[in-house]
Amino acid sequence: MRKSLRNWGWLFTGPTLAAFMIGFVIPFVMGVYLSFTKFTTVTRASWVGLENYRRIFGDGVFLHSLWYTAAFTVVTTVIINVAAFAVAYMLVKTFRGTNLFRSVFFMPNLIGGIVLGYIWLLLLNGLLGLWARSITFSETYGFWGMVALLCWQQIGYMMVIYIAGLQSIPGDVLEAAQVDGASNRTILWQVIVPLVMPSITVCTFLTLTNGFKMFDQNLALTNGAPSRLSELLALNIYNTFYGRPGFEGVGQAKAVVFLLIVASIALLQNWFTRSRESKA
Amino acid sequence: MTETRRPWFWTGFFALVSLAYLYPIALVVINSFKDKVFISSNPFSLPTAETFVGWDNYIRGVQQTGFFASFGWSLVITIGSAALILLCTSMCAWWIVRMDNTFARTLYTSFLFNLVVPFQMVMFTLSWFTDALRLGTPFGLWIIYLGFGAGLAVFIFTGFVTSIPVELEEAAVMDGCGPVQTFFRVILPVMKPAVITVGILEVMWLWNDYLLPYLTLDLKRYKTIPIAVQYLKGGYGSVDMGAMMGVLVLAMIPVIVFYLACQRHIIRGVVAGAVKG
Repeated sequence: MRKSLRNWGWLFTGPTLAAFMIGFVIPFVMGVYLSFTKFTTVTRASWVGLENYRRIFGDGVFLHSLWYTAAFTVVTTVIINVAAFAVAYMLVKTFRGTNLFRSVFFMPNLIGGIVLGYIWLLLLNGLLGLWARSITFSETYGFWGMVALLCWQQIGYMMVIYIAGLQSIPGDVLEAAQVDGASNRTILWQVIVPLVMPSITVCTFLTLTNGFKMFDQNLALTNGAPSRLSELLALNIYNTFYGRPGFEGVGQAKAVVFLLIVASIALLQNWFTRSRESKA
Repeated sequence: MTETRRPWFWTGFFALVSLAYLYPIALVVINSFKDKVFISSNPFSLPTAETFVGWDNYIRGVQQTGFFASFGWSLVITIGSAALILLCTSMCAWWIVRMDNTFARTLYTSFLFNLVVPFQMVMFTLSWFTDALRLGTPFGLWIIYLGFGAGLAVFIFTGFVTSIPVELEEAAVMDGCGPVQTFFRVILPVMKPAVITVGILEVMWLWNDYLLPYLTLDLKRYKTIPIAVQYLKGGYGSVDMGAMMGVLVLAMIPVIVFYLACQRHIIRGVVAGAVKG
């Protein structure tokens, strides 16, 4: 069997591998190389060593967007997870309408980031208009606008994962705790939260990476206004590539830094999950 | 899971929260029937005899964006790419798990790596490369999406294949099946739940993806729905808010239909994808 499987390897892996080369491997390797060069088109590049990386850290707009994104990610991660857990905790109880409510909360996830951005632009500018302001009035407005948007979008997604986690808790564990006279609060913190820890880890890392990678919503809602102050990292990189001729190399170097940040979050999750599994 | 002491209170509470949750969408629907002048100046008012314009905004939106063509291309790209991804990566994942040699393991590790890399890392080179290979068409994008989206699909499929007992395949081989027959007749039917999970996750991504098609497609000839929406914003000063509202509503309709039709699968897919992710 193995031998004939090996003979058919070209058919089983060939198409995926060929597309993977075109759609990922070659652009990726070229991208890493180009981050060490100065170029305007991909085929005309001259080696400049670490110059691009050095210039990144003299770029005030980029450094601002780095902190702005970090703050945005932390705030959304906390709000989304707390809210999603709370909603999930209530919606696994038995009362009328829980299924309908779950459907409603999940729905915004299916709408794309660009469409979501313009939906919220209407709502937020309408609200702020009451005070003769708009979402692009300052970076703080843009920040909380995007926080509201992302929470609205993702609470339902994380809620679904938390519900699955909560439902996997065996009923007799909870009954035992009740029989022992534990209060609802004690059961929540001492029994439920430790048992849904796997869901909490997954959701925390999903929200962390989603926050860091957010692009479409940023583009549609503020497009960086005012004066590039509400630019998240992904949009900053995009604008460096396509908005400033001569800065393509710097843009590519920023993308490498971006990759390193996102990859370290993923590695951290991997390490976290493994260390927890070994304990269990 | 547990009884609650005041069920009616919570039903009422969540009914109110749900209504508030749907409000942003309702607001867009309401404004889509208002004259564009009144949308920015007073978005919270209901249409009146003076501000109501019927389907005008929809007609203008469709005309300005070529909405139905975009809808068609979005469909072609999403369905074609998803089908190609499902077919190719399920085959690849099975082969990786069953061969388990150095090549297979290297392949698997590269797919895992792909899962982590953000699009910004390859966007500039990828858009140049697709252009050089003349792949900037909806059909060319099937290949690009198979390449860039392979990671997640292979990852979920390999996880699933490891849970399929080898005896099943051995029985097929005893009956004289080669690897190709074994895969399509025995393995693929068993993999159905994983195929649905991956299919749902890929469709949700493909349908809404903006940047990849925006940078790779020949935009003079092809647009997708997100590109059409963003196109309305354009560079020509003020946005036609009326047309925008109409297009936003039209863009949400297919998504909501899809959601109502496959809700169970979607939610199961999200859970299965998350547990493994």
